[in-house]
Amino acid sequence: MTDPLKPRDAKDVEAAVGWALAEAKTLEIVGRGSKRGIGRAAQWDLSLDLSELSGVTLYEPEELVLSAKAGTPLAEIEKLLAEHNQELAFEPIDYGPLLGGPAGDGTAGGTVAANLSGPRRIKAGAARDHFLGFTAVSGRGETFKSGGRVVKNVTGYDLCKLMAGSWGTLAAMTDVTVKVLPRAETGQTLLVLGLDDAKATQAMSAAMNSPNDISGAAHLPAPVAARLTGAGRAVTALRVEGVAPSVVHRVHSLESLLKSFGALATLDETTSRPFWKSVRDVMPFAGDDRVIWRISTAPSRGHEIAAAIEESEYFYDWAGGLIWLALPSMHDGGAARVRSAVAGNGHATLIRAAPGLRASVAVFEPQTQGLAALTRRVKESFDPKGVLGPGRMVAGV
Amino acid sequence: MSVKMPEPDQAVLARRAEIVAALQTIVPGEGVIAHEREMRPYESDGLTAYRQLPFVVVLPETTEQVSRVLAYCHANDIRVVPRGAGTSLSGGALPLADGVLLGMGKFNRVREIDFANRAAVVEPGVTNLAISQAVAHEGFYYAPDPSSQIACSIGGNIAENSGGVHCLKYGMTTNNVLGCEIVLITGEVLRIGGKHLDAEGYDLLGIITGSEGLLGVVTEVTVRILKKPETARAVLVGFMSSEDAGRCVSAIIGAGIIPGGMEMMDKPAIHAVEEFVHAGYPLDVEALLIVELDGPAAEVDHLLARVEAIARDCGSTECRVSTSEDERLLFWAGRKAAFPAVGRISPDYYCMDGTIPRAKLPLVLKRTRELSEHYGLRVANVFHAGDGNLHPLILYDANKPGELERTEEFGAEILKLCVEVGGVLTGEHGVGVEKRDLMPAMFSEIDLNQQQRLKCAFDAKGLLNPGKVFPTLHRCAELGRMHVHAGRVAFPDIPRF
Repeated sequence: MTDPLKPRDAKDVEAAVGWALAEAKTLEIVGRGSKRGIGRAAQWDLSLDLSELSGVTLYEPEELVLSAKAGTPLAEIEKLLAEHNQELAFEPIDYGPLLGGPAGDGTAGGTVAANLSGPRRIKAGAARDHFLGFTAVSGRGETFKSGGRVVKNVTGYDLCKLMAGSWGTLAAMTDVTVKVLPRAETGQTLLVLGLDDAKATQAMSAAMNSPNDISGAAHLPAPVAARLTGAGRAVTALRVEGVAPSVVHRVHSLESLLKSFGALATLDETTSRPFWKSVRDVMPFAGDDRVIWRISTAPSRGHEIAAAIEESEYFYDWAGGLIWLALPSMHDGGAARVRSAVAGNGHATLIRAAPGLRASVAVFEPQTQGLAALTRRVKESFDPKGVLGPGRMVAGV
Repeated sequence: MSVKMPEPDQAVLARRAEIVAALQTIVPGEGVIAHEREMRPYESDGLTAYRQLPFVVVLPETTEQVSRVLAYCHANDIRVVPRGAGTSLSGGALPLADGVLLGMGKFNRVREIDFANRAAVVEPGVTNLAISQAVAHEGFYYAPDPSSQIACSIGGNIAENSGGVHCLKYGMTTNNVLGCEIVLITGEVLRIGGKHLDAEGYDLLGIITGSEGLLGVVTEVTVRILKKPETARAVLVGFMSSEDAGRCVSAIIGAGIIPGGMEMMDKPAIHAVEEFVHAGYPLDVEALLIVELDGPAAEVDHLLARVEAIARDCGSTECRVSTSEDERLLFWAGRKAAFPAVGRISPDYYCMDGTIPRAKLPLVLKRTRELSEHYGLRVANVFHAGDGNLHPLILYDANKPGELERTEEFGAEILKLCVEVGGVLTGEHGVGVEKRDLMPAMFSEIDLNQQQRLKCAFDAKGLLNPGKVFPTLHRCAELGRMHVHAGRVAFPDIPRF
């Protein structure tokens, strides 16, 4: 592939897309490349590298709002927020280690374009829920904007939702604005030990259905728990965050709620933080070469779906609704098994696999005929000539 | 009415008897209303300044009927206006003279409650409050709570992406829906999402939410339900100026506290409400904050003490914490009745809905007072202070010649001011017909054309709710045209920057 196009500013991005249109070239939109290995492995003529569009352009802590150029390193944003006791409440996963790259290398644009989230998804939402506004260049080579810099806005279609999770296939975002929130004063994690997956699902559901405002609910079956914590038993983890008196109260309340399930233990703030970071970043599966799937389903169904996929190793986040699943190398990466197990109860995405596999099987959950046709029409409404990352999500789209 | 709607299609008007008969074969019995007297109740929604008798009203009961009605309208180039409970404050359900008004009120069943997955599956005509009531026996509720929650339907909430007084902490509709069944204008039925999180591809649910009935007709909704907090307490804080009250709001958030609700009222609003509801609001203050904290008692008490201290630092003259659940509800009863209360002190009122960066509040209130003098019209302000969503209520008398027009002009000035200071035209009521012609104050032609291209992906003939949201309608073929000239781009070779 030729050297990437490296625009210096938003105007350059418009020029680059305009050129690609005129020359009938296709572009891969890329920030710092931390998630480049996710998606279908298609061939694009050139990369449009937005990493030089960098810098926070507006941060008003009391307004809970931050704007940044698309290529701004996420690490820079998170550091700035931490200085003001704030954070991105959706707890974006750092895919670096899982994909064999360095940690901390994502960008603002990539974070929203991939609709990242983390364990706190069940309470605080994903990037989509915190994404307030953007400026972008469509596949027509036109600069347009949507949303704004205020947290409550219904003026026109909510295009932020569409950009979030579009993986650079609709428009090249140049500036993004997100809602930021105060960081919890403290947090603790209650562990229930030794539960099987079905029992753990019940325990997580009981916790979620209590008024204890759970901000993380994960279950690590014994083999995964052993790798992460050295524990010999399965670990079901429930996180509460907030002001100290509230955290203490809620942990006690959870202890009485869950003591009948099994032995309990707690992680204090200093051990709780790294534990959830590991869950968030799928550290139990970082550093090996198995195929990794990410399955989102109804929380009560998670353990049945996971159990139906032979030879897999897995753990659960989102109270059972998110399954991180590793499979040994096989011809289709386990696609047939995974798809038939999910079967309409959510969706599975192939997150880590060799390019050959990502070219031959569907990476994102195949859609019904009607939705697939609508998806194609939506893509064409932004990018009629298929200039921006064609084929990254769906073959031929 | 000072807003121009699309020209009625004469060919459709001429075929009325035939069209009514065809619709009656799809929705039999009383499901088709064609007599003028019976159609009257549908001639406007919550924005009563605008009225138009529908072409015909259809009240389907099943997804299949909705699908067949839409397919028929699509095949015959007939416009369709979807309607939920008709509480829109922006004219989102304003009928068209040549349009089928598709009322979804008969879709009123709760289909499934799934506590294990914290989800409820309901039909779109179920009211917002009825969802909370259906799950209350297990201590659950549905979080978004627009003031009209007793009447507004969840289908309408999806169309408008409705908010409420608790959305700073719990989000708007879009943050609380998991899935839907939607019928496109072609009659095609699509299921999007379910009880799981996030989309497998593009977030179509996210784009349908807040699309004001322009993309499809929702026939089923799956929402997320939440366990009620253990306790909630509210505090009334009075200030001698709205600047002090505004500073207090910023200081609370700056201290890392996100209250369950944080509302502000100015003096005219306080007085109107107190006379109406007797909520015990102080009458000698210029601005009143209601701050609600929810969670375990230990947390609520801890944070209340901090909020009280912050309020004192910001110069509060009065601080009253609710001592019982009844008193807390009374504090809110006042706020939630603000619109009708203002309705008692004026023959008519016009409710605006801009959002601004909170720091600009003193400026916007000052300019609003100046405009109020200029136009000779009184204003009462209620404000979702936590998220910067301002509801100035302009008091007017529609029977006085020219007063409605002056009111609309005044309102437009306020909204343009909101955009000028970095805010937006509408925080939760929607664009509808009301703010349609102001859209260019916020969006360029390119921005608006891109939004309309998305509409084309759902409704290529532009038959669903035309005349709403977009000031100028373009044909999809025209919007789709591309002007690419290789010789005229900046970089004839690969651009190197």
